[in-house]
Order: sequence, then structure tokens, then C-alpha cells
Amino acid sequence: MGRIQLKSVTKSFGDVQVIPPLDLTIEDGEFTVFVGPSGCGKSTLLRLIAGLEDITSGSIDIDGADATDVPPAKRGLAMVFQSYALYPHMTVRKNIAFPLRMAKLDQAEIDKRVEGAASVLNLTDYLDRRPGQLSGGQRQRVAIGRAIVREPAAFLFDEPLSNLDAALRVGMRLEISELHERLATTMIYVTHDQVEAMTMADKIVVLQAGVIEQVGSPLELYRTPRNLFVAGFIGSPKMNFIEGEEAAKYGAQTIGIRPEHITVSDTEGDWSGVVSVSEHLGSDTFFHVHETGLADTITVRADGEVGFRHGDRVHLTPRADVIHRFDAKGLRIG
Amino acid sequence: MATQHSRSVARLMMAPAVVLLLGWMLVPLTMTLYFSFKKYLPLRGGDLGWVGFDNYIRFVSSSSFWPAVQATLVIVGGVLVITVVLGILLAMLLDQPMWGQGVVRILVIAPFFVMPTVSALVWKNMFMDPVNGLLAHLWRFFGAEPISWLSEASMTSIIMIVSWQWLPFATLILLTAIQSLDSEQLEAAEMDGAPVLKRFYHIILPHLSRAITIVILIQTIFLLSIFAEIFVTTGGAFGTRTLTYLIFQRVLESQNVGLGSAGGVYAIILANIVAIFLMRIVGKNLDA
Ligand SMILES: Nc1ncnc2c1ncn2[C@@H]1O[C@H](COP(=O)(O)OP(=O)(O)OP(=O)(O)O)[C@@H](O)[C@H]1O
Ligand SMILES: [Mg+2]
Repeated sequence: MGRIQLKSVTKSFGDVQVIPPLDLTIEDGEFTVFVGPSGCGKSTLLRLIAGLEDITSGSIDIDGADATDVPPAKRGLAMVFQSYALYPHMTVRKNIAFPLRMAKLDQAEIDKRVEGAASVLNLTDYLDRRPGQLSGGQRQRVAIGRAIVREPAAFLFDEPLSNLDAALRVGMRLEISELHERLATTMIYVTHDQVEAMTMADKIVVLQAGVIEQVGSPLELYRTPRNLFVAGFIGSPKMNFIEGEEAAKYGAQTIGIRPEHITVSDTEGDWSGVVSVSEHLGSDTFFHVHETGLADTITVRADGEVGFRHGDRVHLTPRADVIHRFDAKGLRIG
Repeated sequence: MATQHSRSVARLMMAPAVVLLLGWMLVPLTMTLYFSFKKYLPLRGGDLGWVGFDNYIRFVSSSSFWPAVQATLVIVGGVLVITVVLGILLAMLLDQPMWGQGVVRILVIAPFFVMPTVSALVWKNMFMDPVNGLLAHLWRFFGAEPISWLSEASMTSIIMIVSWQWLPFATLILLTAIQSLDSEQLEAAEMDGAPVLKRFYHIILPHLSRAITIVILIQTIFLLSIFAEIFVTTGGAFGTRTLTYLIFQRVLESQNVGLGSAGGVYAIILANIVAIFLMRIVGKNLDA
């Protein structure tokens, strides 16, 4: 079990209110991802749930019971920190066993659980090493191991992959997703990497300045962003925003069109412009098109084989059915 | 500093300092060694010729030698325990965010700037004087008979004085060590269910272990040679005669330079043993 409910939770540091009143429910077994720009309060929110920070007002329920004043150790949550926070003077075995020793389990049970976690996480060969003798990915797995042996009601991850290189990040991302499939435990995962958010989440919570901008499944957020912020934040490369006359044609203040929903051609199209930079990724090509008279730059995503170069004049056609319309307040229309 | 050229330049530039230091060290060292093999009594005949290892044997077989060793160990040990324990507590206290942190830290360091002679005199006259001392007043306030600290509790008194002087040093080193502790480790331990005392024992103490070792070794080197504190308080009476003090008495009070020098050579050997340990640990620290 691990249903977490935040009711009008606020947090202030001194005079500065970092989290204005916020309501959020995380269902049992759900993989929830908090995303948002740096400094928007993701870590703070996670630490409030963990109990490492006291909430200023409001309440937190875990599994229906009020946990607002319950100390972190008693909340039954396990946290994986960005810096891993392994205990450097203890071996991997002792690190993983630490929460069990604190819970005063008997040695046989501790050994059994540590061995179990180690084999799940491919750490069996490293049990007698110290954290200093491990690679980044192995340390990350030890931190996860230390969390899973406790069999917590929920896992809290604070940007656990941000210290790893790109290849390892992809691998660990899969491992964490698999772990979630197998354990079916609630997981709350903080990141500012949108690929992580889109691929791992059952539910994404988009935050800005402590305010929840939108909550929904990855595809919901992608297809129907509730406002300009979410529209610009979810999706990579960023959605193109066009204002003025062109937007008025669609009866909106601003229209948004994703780079992958624009087709590019050298002969005909609704809009035209000049390619300034083309980024060839192999599978895809991104064109940054200037001088369209619509916006500074329009980003277009095309097939990897499309070979326009700097200075080429191109014609662009948006797919009319996936144009997002926003009103003067930046809220979605329709 | 990698090329042959830069290395030889570096050597050249360092030479004056090295020569000066070497001379500074070598002259007294050679003189001590030289006198330690002589019977040399300035007021009773002067230089009476070579005597081989006589002085060394006489120094350790004298009836004051073992009590002096014991007094030294008690003082060094007592001060180490007090400064390390209180140092850890103070360091943890000072690590907490609080109002006026800067001023408090300077106050804590202050005793280190007071000369040993002065601080011993202050303690002797201001605090420990059996008639006018603050402690005597305190004792009387509670209706107790004031203690004449320096004669009745001479060891305790000296340990107190020296600890007061060295506490800032220990606190400072331990404070920097505590500040380098990653706060996420403590939070992780908190979430892992470790209460305050267990967090201290399992996380903070191991983190401090190297700093503690360094404090112990550096202090040992300096504590082995404390002198002023004893000279101005008990003058070596009431069982407070340490090895250093014994050497001083042999040379200046008994006017036996040879015997004192032999004691000095023992002290040099002792200090070097500690220094070797220290260098190895500090060296390891720099590698890690
Ligand atoms: N202990 C603190 N005292 C004062 N302000 C704080 C404290 N911790 C965080 N803040 C402020 O709260 C805001 C949110 O911080 P938080 O660490 O939650 O951001 P974040 O979303 O995790 O950012 P990042 O993606 O960079 O980790 C920031 O503006 C930060 O300056
Ligand atoms: Mg953060």
C-alpha cells in the first residue's frame, strides 16, 4: 500500500513561500514524476512528503492516516538521493543492511534480504567493496538496494540519474521502470529530464514556482497541454508558438504547433522561410527556420534523409488537426 | 612542476629556507647529542670528559624517571580525552546555524591565542586561588570548603588548564571535518530509521575518525613538551613533574647538562615516533 495525499500543503522558508497551497493525490502503485524548471520546488515537495522538511500548513496522508507529524523513519517511505548519500565507511553489504539493522531485524533475515536485493540489482560481486570503489551506476544501484530492502510503502527518487552519463542513464531508466513493474510499489520520481518523465511515468505532475500546472498521463500532457507553460515544457524540441495574425486565423491569441507536426518541402507550403541551422541526428533532422514572418524561429522535425542546408528556402505546412490554441491568458481553447 | 628544468629551479629557490631550517635544527640537536655523552657540570668543575652512555643509563634508572613518565602520560591522556570529547560536542554545536555564529566562533578560538604562561597564571590566580579565586568563591557560595587546587588536585588542575588551551584547536579541526559531512547522508540515515544517537555513532563519528586521529597526534607532540603551565603553577611539585620538566630540572636546577641532554634525546626519539605516525596519516589523507 502507498497512497499519498497532500491537502493544501504549503511551505515557506522564512518569508518566502516556495509552495503555495497545493493538493495532490498519488494512487497506490503509481509511478508519478514531478517535472519542472530548476528551482520550482520539486525537491522541496519530495522532502515534504519524506518528512525531511516540516510543512508550513496543510496535511499529508499516507494510506489514509494523517502523517503530517510522523517522523521520516516512521512514514515507511524510502528515498534515493541525487548524491546517492551512501555511507562511505561501510561496505556495500553494510550500506544495504543499514535500514534493516536499525529496524533490529535478526541477522539471518537481514542476510537474506541483502542477498536478494543484491541479486536483483546485479551487485552480488560488489558486496564487500566500499562505495568509493564503485562506478556511478553501481553506487546508484546500491542506493536503490538500500531503499528496496526496507520494503517501503513508496519510493522517493530525487533526480537519481542526473550524475550518470547518457548511456548509463538510459540503462538505469529501464532498470527503474522494470523494478516498478516487478514491485508495483508507489514511486515518486523527480527529474527535469523530459525523456525520463515521458518514458517512465504513469502520471506526470508539471510544476512551476511551486504551483501544479497540470497533472496527467504523459500522452495527455503531450496531446492536450492545459496552458502555454505545459505546452512549452513537455515535448522536445519545444513546441513552436505563433502569435498575431496567423493565430487570429484560428481564433486564438497564440497557437502552438509541435516540430514533428510540420511538414517541410522545397516547393510548396503554407509558410516559407530560410533554414539557419540544420541538426542531423541520423534518425531525424531538426531545422531551425528563420524569416517566416511568424516567429523568430520555427523548429521543424523531419526525416533523417531530408537534406536542406543553411540558407535554403523551404516551405512549411502545419498539420491542422494538431494545432494547439491558447487564449490571452495562455489557457488552452478547446 | 614536471620538467627537469622547473624542478631544479624549484630546488634552488627552496634552498635558503631549507638551509636555514636545517641549521636551526641541527645546531641544537648536535649540541644536545654532544653534551649527552659528557659529564658536564657547569658549577661543579665544568667539562669532566666523555662518559659514553652513562648519562642515558642514569636518566632512566633515577627514581624520578618512572613517576615522570607516568605524570606525562596522565596529563597527555587526560587532555586528549577532554579535548576530543568536548571538541566533538562543541564542533557539533557550532555547526548548527545560530545567531552571532561568527562572534561565537572567534570566542571559542580565543584561548588558543593566549600565551601558555599567561593562561596558566590567569587560572592560578583568578580561578584556582584558594582564597580569592573564582572557584573558591563558587565553592563557598554553595557552602563548601574551597579546594586549594594546585596542591590538593594538582594533576586535575594542570589537565584543566592545558585542556582549556587546546580545546579550540581540537574544536576547529573537528568543526571543519563536520562541515564537510554531506547532509544528505544524515538525512538518508534518518529515513533509514536511525535515531539521533545512532546517527552520531554510525555516520558522524566514522566521518570524524581521521580528523580525530590527526588531533590526537598533533596534540600529543605538543603536549609532550608542555612546560610553562607546570613551571608557573606547581613548579613540578605535587607529582606534576613530567619528562620535560625533569629534563629542565636536571639541567638548570641540578646543573647537570649531560644528564639533561640524555633525557632530551629520549624526548626527541619519542616525539619522532609520534611524528612518523602523523606524517603517514596526513600523507594518506592527502592521497585520498
Ligand atoms: N533550505 C532552504 N532555505 C531557503 N530556501 C530554500 C531552501 N531549500 C530550497 N529553497 C528554495 O526553494 C525553491 C525550490 O527549491 P527546490 O530545491 O525544491 O527546487 P528544485 O525544483 O528541486 O530545483 P532543481 O531542479 O534545481 O533541483 C528554490 O527557490 C530554493 O531557493
Ligand atoms: Mg532539486
